[in-house]
Amino acid sequence: MTFLTLEPIRILLYLVGICAFVGGNAAYLVLAERKGAGRIQRRPGPNEAGYAGLLQPLADGLKLLAKQIIVPPGTDGLLFRLAPLMVMAPPLMCLATIPFAENLVARNLNIGLLFVFSFGSINVMALMLGGWASRNKYAIISAARVVSQSVAYEIPMLLVVITVLMMTGTMDLNEIIKQQAHGFWNWNILRGIWDFSAGHIGANPLMPVTFLIFFTCMLAETNRAPFDMAEAESELVAGAFTEYGGMGFGVFFMAEYANIVVGCCLATVLFLGGWQSPIGVLSGGLWGLGWFLAKTYALIMTVIWIRWTFPRTQFYRLLNLSWKILIPLSLVTLLLTGVMMKLPLLWRTIFGA
Amino acid sequence: MSLLTAVRETLSGFKSLLVGMRITAREATKPLITVQYPHDTLKMPARFRGHVKLVLDPETGKARCTACGLCARACPSGCIVLEGVKREGDKRKSIAKYDLDFTKCSLCGSCVEICASDALDFSKDYNVVSMNREDFSHLDLYKRIDAETKAWAETHPQPAVVAAPATSAAPVAPVAPATPATPATPPAAAAVPVPVIAARAAVSPAAAKATESPAAPVAASALPAGPKTP
Amino acid sequence: MIAEKNFVPAPGADPSRPASAPGETFVLNLGPQHPAAHGVLRVLMTMDGEWIQRAEPIIGYIHRMHEKMGENRTWAKFLPNTSRIDYLSAMHYTHAFVGAVERAMKIEVPLRAEYARVITSELNRISSHMVWWGALLLDLGGFTPILYAFDDREKILDLLEGLCGARLTYCYYRFGGLYNDVDDAFLQGTRDFVKHMQPRLKMYRDLVTDNIILRQRLTGIGAISAEMCRKYGATGPVIRGSGVAYDVRRAEPYSVYPKLEFKVPTYPECDSMARYLVRMDEMEESLKIIGQALDQIPAGPFMAAKVPRVLKLPPGDTCYAVEAARGRFMIRIVSDGKEMPYRVKLRTPSFSNLSLYEEASQGMILPDALAMMGSLDLVIPDIDR
Repeated sequence: MTFLTLEPIRILLYLVGICAFVGGNAAYLVLAERKGAGRIQRRPGPNEAGYAGLLQPLADGLKLLAKQIIVPPGTDGLLFRLAPLMVMAPPLMCLATIPFAENLVARNLNIGLLFVFSFGSINVMALMLGGWASRNKYAIISAARVVSQSVAYEIPMLLVVITVLMMTGTMDLNEIIKQQAHGFWNWNILRGIWDFSAGHIGANPLMPVTFLIFFTCMLAETNRAPFDMAEAESELVAGAFTEYGGMGFGVFFMAEYANIVVGCCLATVLFLGGWQSPIGVLSGGLWGLGWFLAKTYALIMTVIWIRWTFPRTQFYRLLNLSWKILIPLSLVTLLLTGVMMKLPLLWRTIFGA
Repeated sequence: MSLLTAVRETLSGFKSLLVGMRITAREATKPLITVQYPHDTLKMPARFRGHVKLVLDPETGKARCTACGLCARACPSGCIVLEGVKREGDKRKSIAKYDLDFTKCSLCGSCVEICASDALDFSKDYNVVSMNREDFSHLDLYKRIDAETKAWAETHPQPAVVAAPATSAAPVAPVAPATPATPATPPAAAAVPVPVIAARAAVSPAAAKATESPAAPVAASALPAGPKTP
Repeated sequence: MIAEKNFVPAPGADPSRPASAPGETFVLNLGPQHPAAHGVLRVLMTMDGEWIQRAEPIIGYIHRMHEKMGENRTWAKFLPNTSRIDYLSAMHYTHAFVGAVERAMKIEVPLRAEYARVITSELNRISSHMVWWGALLLDLGGFTPILYAFDDREKILDLLEGLCGARLTYCYYRFGGLYNDVDDAFLQGTRDFVKHMQPRLKMYRDLVTDNIILRQRLTGIGAISAEMCRKYGATGPVIRGSGVAYDVRRAEPYSVYPKLEFKVPTYPECDSMARYLVRMDEMEESLKIIGQALDQIPAGPFMAAKVPRVLKLPPGDTCYAVEAARGRFMIRIVSDGKEMPYRVKLRTPSFSNLSLYEEASQGMILPDALAMMGSLDLVIPDIDR
C-alpha cells in the first residue's frame, strides 16, 4: 500500500484516470450530443447500436480505427502526424491541476490557473499546424481563421479570469474553491455582487456578466457553434481537418470534446464553486466529486443546447463581437473590480474613518 | 451610433438568444414525432397511391379486366403491356398477363381513371422490395392477385371448383427475393375475405407478428406490423 | 470556361476593392454536388481570396426535356409532367396547365373545384415555403428549424395524401375540375391545420426571425434593386422584397382569387432579410386565404359537365400564368388542332431569379453570396426543366 502512496505512482494513477475520464467523455459526449440534438429536434438520435444507442460510440470508434490513415504526398510528414497529438495533449495536462473533489487532484499547483491557460494556448498552434501540414489551400484558409478567432477570444477570456483572480487573490485552484464554501451564495458568481461573509458589497457586481463573457469565450475557443466557422466551413469548402482520415480525424474530434470538458470544468471551478455543495454541507469526499460533475455536465449540456439552437455567425461578426464588445466589456469589469476592491481604502483615505 | 443604442441593441440581441433557447428546451420536452420504421409502420389513407392492382369482382371472383387496352393507351409512360385471352363460355375477354413496368410508372392514375370496367385501383403496398430489377420492370399484376383469388374461392365454394386452401396453412415464411409476387399471407386473411376496393383491413397483432420480418421482401397486400396512426 | 487573363471586372464590382491582377484570382467550382440544399447547380466562381469576382451559374444537370415531352404526349398524358417541373409547388404548375387548356377549350370549371384548387394550391405554397425556410437555415448552420418545419409540413402532406393519394407530385387537377371530390375529412383537417399553424408561425418568428444572429446574417446582405429584378424578369418574393408589389394573383387574376381578401407582402429594403420576411408573411396570408376558401366553398359538382375524353384543342396560342411559390409561372401552349400540343413553353420563375445572381453577387464575400442564393429560393429542376 505504501507503494501506492508514493508521489510518482500516485500521479501516474491520476493521469491514467484522467486519460480514462477524457477518453470516456470524448466518446460518450458525442453520443450525448447526438441524443440531445435528437431530443431538441424531436427524434430519438442513435438508438439502434446497443440499448438506446449506448454502443454507438464503440461502433464509431471501431469504424474510425478500421479506416486507412492516408498521409497525402507532399505534406509535411512530421507535422501532419504531430498535429493530432498536439491537439490532444493540452486538455489532458490541464485536467491534471483541476480539483475534482477536495483531495482528488493529480497535482495541485499554486499557479494552477496559469498552468491551465498556458496549455490551453497550445491548442491554437496545433490546429494551425494541422491546416498548414495538409498542403490544401482550403485547409490553410480554415486554419488561419481558427487562429485569428482563437487569438481574438483569448484576450477577453484572460481579462475576465484576471478579474476573478483579483477577487480570489490566489491562482491555486483548490484554494479558489475553498473560498467558495458554505452555500451557493458564496460561489464566485454571486460573491462578486454581495459578499455574505464580509457583509458588504462584493468585489465585482458585474460577476454574472463576467461569467457570461467567460462562457462565450470558451465556446469560441473550442470552435463550437455559433462560432464554428472552422469546422462548418466544410459545408462550402473543406475544413481544417480535411486531409485527416480515420483515427487522425477521430483524435481531432476527441480533442474538441476534451476541450469542452476542460473549459466547463474551469468555469465550474472559477465561478460555480467547484466541488462545493450549494447548501453548505456535504462537500467532502465523494459528495464533492458528485457536485463537481453535476455542475460541469450541466454546463456541457448548455453548450450542446446552444449549438443546436442558433445558426452560425459570419466570420467578421465573430471578430467584431470579440474586439468591439467583449474586450471593452471585460475591461470595464476589470476596472470595476479594481475600484471596488480598493474602495474601503479609498473611503478611509478620503474620509479618514 | 451612440453608446446607449449600442448597449440596448446588445441587450435585445442577447434576449433574443435566450428566447430561442427557451423554445428549443420546450420542444425537447415534447414527444417524439418520428416513426421508427420498420419497427413501427403507418396506416395508409384510403386513397393512398401504391402501385396499381387488378380488382377482383366480388361476385365472380375473377378480375374485372377485359384486356381492352385502354389503360395501356392512356399511360403517359407506356409501361403497361397486357395479354388477354378469350376463355370458353365467357362473353368477353379476360386478362391472362398484365405486365406493368413499375420502374417507369409515375402513379399518375390515368389508367385507373380511364378503365371502363373499374378493373384497376391503387393498392396500399409500399413495402415492395426485391433484390433484382426484373421483378419491378415486369410486375405481373395478374399473378399478384392469385392470393386474393384463392381467398375468394375459399369463402365462396363453388361446386365445380376444387379449392386448394394453400393459405389456411401456417403463415408463409418471408419469401425468397425472386418472386415478390407471392405475398406472405397472414392467417387472418384466410378467414376474412380481403375487401376489394377499400381501405386497408386491420391486421391483428398476432398475425402481424407472424409476418413481421423487416429484412425480408414482403410484398404483402396487408401491412406487416400493427398500424400506427400518425 | 473563363480564362483568367481575359477577365474584365464588371461595372458593378465593389469600387473600394481594387481589381485583382490576373495572377491573384483563382477559380472555385461550387460543383453540382452540393452539401447545401439547392440541387444540382454548378456555380463557377472566380475568387480573390474570399471575395467573388464573378459567379457564373452553369445549369443543365437536371434537364429532363419537359417541353419536348409536351410535344410527344397528348394533353392528358402531359399532366404528370407538370407536377415534376417544380416538385415543391406541384399544384401550381398543374393548375397553370389545366387552366391553359380550359381557357383554350372554354371549359367552365365548377366553383367547388375552383375553391378546392385554391385551397390545395395555398397548402402547397405553405409547404414549399417551409422547405425553403428549413433549407435556408441549414445553409446558415442552424440544424434544428428544418425539422420543426418538416413536422408541420408532414401535416400538410398527410392532408393532401388523404385527399388525392400522393404527397409530392399530386397530379390532382384534371381538365374541367378535379380527380376526386374534396371530402369532409380533408376540409376539417385543413381547418385544424390552420388553427395549429398560427402558433407555430409565431414560434418560427421567436426562434429564428427575431434571432440576432440570423438578423446579422441576412440584413444588408445581397442587395437586389427593383431595377435589376425588372432587367432579369425576377418575380415572386424576389421582386416583392425589393419593394414592387407584383403578384400574379392581383395582376392577372385567375381562379377565385378575386373573391378572396389577402395582402401582398412587400418590403422595400431589397436585402435578403426583406425576401425572408416576404415569404414568412406569405405563409400567414396563405393561411388566411385557406380560411376564407374553407368558409366559401360551395357544394356541387367537382368536374365540368362535358369534357371530351380525347382532347383536341382548336388551333392557336394560349397562355396562363399563376403565382407559384417561387414567382410567376407561365405556360404557353400552341395547338395545331391535333391531339398532341404543337409546343408547350414553360416560363419558370427560378430561371429568371437565378439569372440575376451573376450580377448581384459580384464583390460579395462567399458566405454572404451563399446566403443570398438561399434567399432567392431556387429549385434547380425548375430552372432546367
